Amino acid sequence: MPGAIYAEGLVKTFGDVRALDGVDLDVPEGTVLGLLGPNGAGKTTTVRCLTTLLRPDRGKAVVAGIDVLKDPDAVRRSVGLSGQFAAVDEYLTGRENLQMVGQLYQMRAKAAKARAGELLEQFHLTEAADRPAKTYSGGMRRRLDLAAALVVSPPVMFMDEPTTGLDPRNRQELWGVIKQLVSGGTTLLLTTQYLEEADHLAHDIAVVDHGRVIARGTSDQLKARTGGERVEVVVHERERIPDAVEVLTGFGKGETTVEEHTRRLTVPVAGGAKLLAEVIRELDTRGIEIDDIGLRRPTLDDVFLSLTGHLAEVRDEAEANGIAADAKGRGRGKEGAK
Amino acid sequence: MSAVTGAVRVAPPGNPIIRSIRDSLVVAKRNLIRMSRIPEMVIFGVIQPVMFVVLFSYVFGGSMTVGGTTDPAVYREFLMAGIFAQTVTFATAGAGAGIADDMHKGLIDRFRSLPMARGAVLTGRTLADLVQTALTLAVLAVVALLVGWRTHTSIGEVLGAFGLLLLLGYAFTWVGALIGLSVRTPEAATSGGLIWLFPVTFISNAFVDSSRMTPWLRHVADWNPFSATVQASRELFGNPGVSQSDAWPMQHPVWASLIYSVLIIVIFRTLSVRKYRSATA
Ligand SMILES: Nc1ncnc2c1ncn2[C@@H]1O[C@H](COP(=O)(O)OP(=O)(O)O)[C@@H](O)[C@H]1O
Ligand SMILES: [Mg+2]
Repeated sequence: MPGAIYAEGLVKTFGDVRALDGVDLDVPEGTVLGLLGPNGAGKTTTVRCLTTLLRPDRGKAVVAGIDVLKDPDAVRRSVGLSGQFAAVDEYLTGRENLQMVGQLYQMRAKAAKARAGELLEQFHLTEAADRPAKTYSGGMRRRLDLAAALVVSPPVMFMDEPTTGLDPRNRQELWGVIKQLVSGGTTLLLTTQYLEEADHLAHDIAVVDHGRVIARGTSDQLKARTGGERVEVVVHERERIPDAVEVLTGFGKGETTVEEHTRRLTVPVAGGAKLLAEVIRELDTRGIEIDDIGLRRPTLDDVFLSLTGHLAEVRDEAEANGIAADAKGRGRGKEGAK
Repeated sequence: MSAVTGAVRVAPPGNPIIRSIRDSLVVAKRNLIRMSRIPEMVIFGVIQPVMFVVLFSYVFGGSMTVGGTTDPAVYREFLMAGIFAQTVTFATAGAGAGIADDMHKGLIDRFRSLPMARGAVLTGRTLADLVQTALTLAVLAVVALLVGWRTHTSIGEVLGAFGLLLLLGYAFTWVGALIGLSVRTPEAATSGGLIWLFPVTFISNAFVDSSRMTPWLRHVADWNPFSATVQASRELFGNPGVSQSDAWPMQHPVWASLIYSVLIIVIFRTLSVRKYRSATA
C-alpha cells in the first residue's frame, strides 16, 4: 500500500524549464519527509503538484489515499498547506484570518470561531489575536500561516520552506511547534534548503536537484556520506602545521586534510563543542598559535558536493557566482590533501 | 488508512449552489473588512467622481449644447447619468488590483488549496466591490442633488436606473477580475483596469450629445454597452438629452443595458473562473 504521500514520475515543464523531471516520493503515514534542495530544484513545484495547485504534465500522485488528479477536491479536504510565503491577509486580524479559513473548509461559523481561538492559543498568538496581521513580525506571520494550515487538523501537511527568512530564535520556536504537531501523528512533507533543519525535523530526507530526487535516506545516512562534523583550524605559522596535524589527528576520527596556502586544516570529528574546547586547550598547551578555529556541520553544500561532486547550483546569478568561487577554493583544498 | 480518514473534520460537500453562495459571502465579508481598514481607498473612490461632477458641470457647462440649448443647468442634469455610469465602471480597477494583490501575496494559492467553491474567491471580491460602488453612488447622488440635479419620474423608475447602473458596475468588476488574474502586479492591474475605460466612457453619450459626433464615432457610441446604461438612466430619471438615434440600443435602452450587462457577466465570469483554476502566482 502506498504511503500517505505518494508520487511517481511527476513531470512539469514551464516553457523550456523542466521544473520536475520525474519525481518519485513515498512518505509512510505518520512520518516526516524533508525535501532538501537548493533554490530552483523543484521543491515548490512538487508541493504545488501534490496540493492540487498545479497539474503535472505526467505522473501519478496519491495523497491521503486519494488520487490527486482524479479527485482534487477530496484532497483539499484532507491536506493543510503552508506555502513558501506566509499567505495571510494582512488587513485581517489573526483571529479573522483563521475564522475565514475555517469557514472555507466548510466549518460552521461558530465552530470556526472556536477553532480559531484554540489555534491562537496553541501558537502563542492570543495577545496579538485581534490586531491586523500587518503588525505581526515575520515569525508571528509564519505561525499564523501554519495555524491556518492546521484549522481542520488535516492528516497530511505540506510546508514549503517554513523557516526561510526567520531569525534563529524564531526558527527554533517554529521547530518546536512542528515537532509537537508531528508527534500527534500527522504526515508531513517539509521542504528546506538547510540540512540542519531536515536533520532536526525529518525522519527521511530526499535530496532534489534539477527536478529529480538524487538521493534519499535518513539524515545519519546522508551525513555519513558527507563525513559529518569537522573541526577546522587556521594555523598562524606555516612551520607549525605538522604539529597541529598531529593534535587534530589525535582527536579526529579520520584523516586530517591540509590546505597549505591558507594554512587551513580540517578533520572529521564526533563530539561537538566539548571536543572543540579540548582541541583548543591542547593546541594552546603545545604553544601552537591559531588564527581561527571552528566546528563545521555538514550543510546542503556538503551534501551536494559528496553526492554530485559539485556544489548546489543556485540559479540566481549573483549567488551562483559567489558559490562557484567558493567551490573552487574548497576543490583545491581537497586535491592538496591527496 | 483509518487514522487518516478518521482525523478529517471536514464535512463532505453539500449542495454545490448553497456552498458556492456561502463561500462567496465569506470571501465578500473578508473583502469588506479589508475595505473598512483601508478607508483612504474608499474615500478617494468617492472624491474622484465628485471632482468630475464639479469640474464638468462648472467648467464645461455653458459651452455644451444639449437638446439645442447651452443652458448650464440643462447640461448638469444631462451630465449626471454619465458621471454615475462612469463611476460604477471605475470599480473595475479596484477589483483587478485586489485580485492581483491576492495572487502576489500567495492568498490565491491558499484559497485554491481549500475545499471551497471554485468561483467563490472572485464572486466574493466582486460582491464586495458592488457594496463599495453602491456607497459611492449614494454619496455622489447627494452631491448631484446639491449642484442642482433633479429626477422627474417615479421613485420606482429612479431606483430602476440605479439598479441598472449597479448591474453595469458589477459586470465591469468581472472584466477587472480577469485583468487582475492576467497581470503580475496590483499596479499593472490598476492601470490595466483604467486605461481602456477612457475610450469606453468617452466614446459614448455620457458627456456629450452623441448625435453631434462624426458618423462612425456616433455609430460606436450608439452601440457602446456603456451608452445603453447611460441612455436608460437618463430616460428613467427623466433627464434631458435622451438620444433620438434609431440604433436599437438607443431605442430600447433598458433592455439593451440589461442584456449587455448580463452578457458581460456571463462571458467574463466564465473566463475568469477558468483562469483562476489554473492561476499560478
Ligand atoms: N510558474 C512558473 N513559470 C515558469 N517557471 C517556473 C514557474 N514555477 C517554477 N518555475 C521554474 O521551475 C524551476 C523549479 O522551481 P521551484 O519549484 O520554485 O524550485 P524551488 O522551490 O526548489 O526553489 C525553477 O527553475 C523555476 O524558475
Ligand atoms: Mg520554493
